[in-house]
Amino acid sequence: MQNRQAMRTRKWNQWRDRLFSLLGLSVTTLGVVVLLALLVDVFMDGFARLDFDFLTHFPSRRPERAGIYAAWVGTLWIAVLTAAMAFPIGVAAATYLEEYARKNWLTDLIEINIANLAGVPSIIYGLLGLGIFVRWMDLERSILAGGMTLALLVLPIVILSSRESLRTVPSSIREASYALGASKWQTIRNQVLPAAMPGILTGAILAISRALGETAPLITIGALTYVAFLPKNPIGSEFPFFNLDGLMDPFSVLPIQIFNWVSRPQKGFAINAAAAIIVLLFITFVMNGIAVYLRHRSQKKVRW
Amino acid sequence: MKHLLCSISLVAVLATPGLAEVSQIKIDGSSTVFPITEAVAEEFRSVNREARITIGVSGTGGGFKKFCAGEIDIANASRPIKASEVKQCVAKGVHYIELPVAYDGIAVVVHPKNDWVNALTVQELKKIWEPEAQGQVMRWSQIRPGFPDREIHLFGPGVDSGTFDYFTEAIVGKSAASRGDFTASENDNVLVQGISTDLNALGFFGVAYYEFNKDRLKLVPIDDENDANGKGPIAPEYDKVLKGDYQPLSRPIFIYIRKESAARPVVKQFIRFYMENGGFLSKDVGYIALPEAAYRLAWTRFEKQKTGSIFGGEGAQIGVNVEALLKKEGR
Repeated sequence: MQNRQAMRTRKWNQWRDRLFSLLGLSVTTLGVVVLLALLVDVFMDGFARLDFDFLTHFPSRRPERAGIYAAWVGTLWIAVLTAAMAFPIGVAAATYLEEYARKNWLTDLIEINIANLAGVPSIIYGLLGLGIFVRWMDLERSILAGGMTLALLVLPIVILSSRESLRTVPSSIREASYALGASKWQTIRNQVLPAAMPGILTGAILAISRALGETAPLITIGALTYVAFLPKNPIGSEFPFFNLDGLMDPFSVLPIQIFNWVSRPQKGFAINAAAAIIVLLFITFVMNGIAVYLRHRSQKKVRW
Repeated sequence: MKHLLCSISLVAVLATPGLAEVSQIKIDGSSTVFPITEAVAEEFRSVNREARITIGVSGTGGGFKKFCAGEIDIANASRPIKASEVKQCVAKGVHYIELPVAYDGIAVVVHPKNDWVNALTVQELKKIWEPEAQGQVMRWSQIRPGFPDREIHLFGPGVDSGTFDYFTEAIVGKSAASRGDFTASENDNVLVQGISTDLNALGFFGVAYYEFNKDRLKLVPIDDENDANGKGPIAPEYDKVLKGDYQPLSRPIFIYIRKESAARPVVKQFIRFYMENGGFLSKDVGYIALPEAAYRLAWTRFEKQKTGSIFGGEGAQIGVNVEALLKKEGR
């Protein structure tokens, strides 16, 4: 009698087990299915529109003649600039907080603030950028102001993810390094940072690809919708073969161009928007691909 | 740390005021006027390759804010400048020249299979949209006896848009006075989508969105019960708007040029090009061109550097004939 009871409970438990794994599977696939549906829809609308002209033409009132030249070049500038500013500052801040800072009320305060900043809506950063970079520092509506605003936006995320991966470096490694006579900086430089680098890079690149999709803060600081010229080429033909004048040029980015096109009445612009979304997705995928590659490479390097 | 110092010094170097671009024209403002100015800027490239024209979209109000702060050369505006904005401009010493560039009609539309509405009067529209209607006027049968006893679903542009301001001013009699229980979107394509899939829908937006979606919408002619500008219900057809018969739902849209910028040759050349080609270009992007004479009068106004608003800085006005106003002022 008792035996039968136990059997029944076990059977019921097995059922519940199966039910739960089924549920888990369905919620996992749900996200993928939605993403796939969106991708298929966008590709069906926009893929035929993608050609060389689309990538090398400026905006136009005629959907067939319009292109995203200024937009994708602007997006690329912003990406490089955001990375160049957010990455070193973010990693330095994380290293300080993880390795050097003493635990006291000040570091507590900083930590709480960084965690909170990671959750602040992006438009707030836009307003901050408008107030500080555009108006107060008088950088106007330039690529530099845009890059700095987005760098601020991703900085908390870079710091948090860098700290997370610094924490995963076992303390035995640090102790071993000290035991061999290395100073604190040498330990961090030669042992801790290389070991944490895969995680740091992944976090940073994911944060920057998130920044690439941002529209609100850039619209707030006054990124433009119609620009029919490119920022000055950073690679010159004369010495020193390199100039940063382009930093002060006005710019547009892909999300703003897409946003403008989807709100136009002509159907041709909706198709253009789909094609521009494909380009934006491609850039994001390439960035994520770089993240995966870098993680893979630096993982191989670390050997203890 | 080295990177950090580098970026700080970089900022310091770049923050020093650079050479002002002589060939630069900065434009910002209304999303309604954007397609026209974009078209003009695009074509202007064939005349002047060197000009660096940039256009932003921050709404009529946002555009005036930047304009009166002296940050841009030209403001796109879907309504005349308001008293509060005039004050800001005066405070900063910004003088401006106001030029009309086209007419925009506001289309009232329903679902294509809606077979009971063939026209509406301004009074009926008011009954639907006034603030008191909120939660009260919920069925078509309440609007006119004979309409079916079905729910009415309303769609309209967001409350920040110039179109919403103008519609409420023209229909309800007070700018921004409207019921709140309607589906609002800043993106007019969302409204088109909503109305074309809902048999009980009624909505309004710029006439260009009707023009490019004719197969999915039914246009409702409007009767203002004033025979002076055409008898009976009138639809926003091209020449009806042009003649000023589509009242009260058609309005002129503008550009404002800072007087200081107007003295620069490149701006002058651009405005001249705008006044010469604005007509066919605004038609091309779905708007209604002003009469030829109005563009000529506007260009004269620019040449004479006539500052101030022909609307006396009171914002949107209903039933405006641009040509007559310009003529009256020119005399």
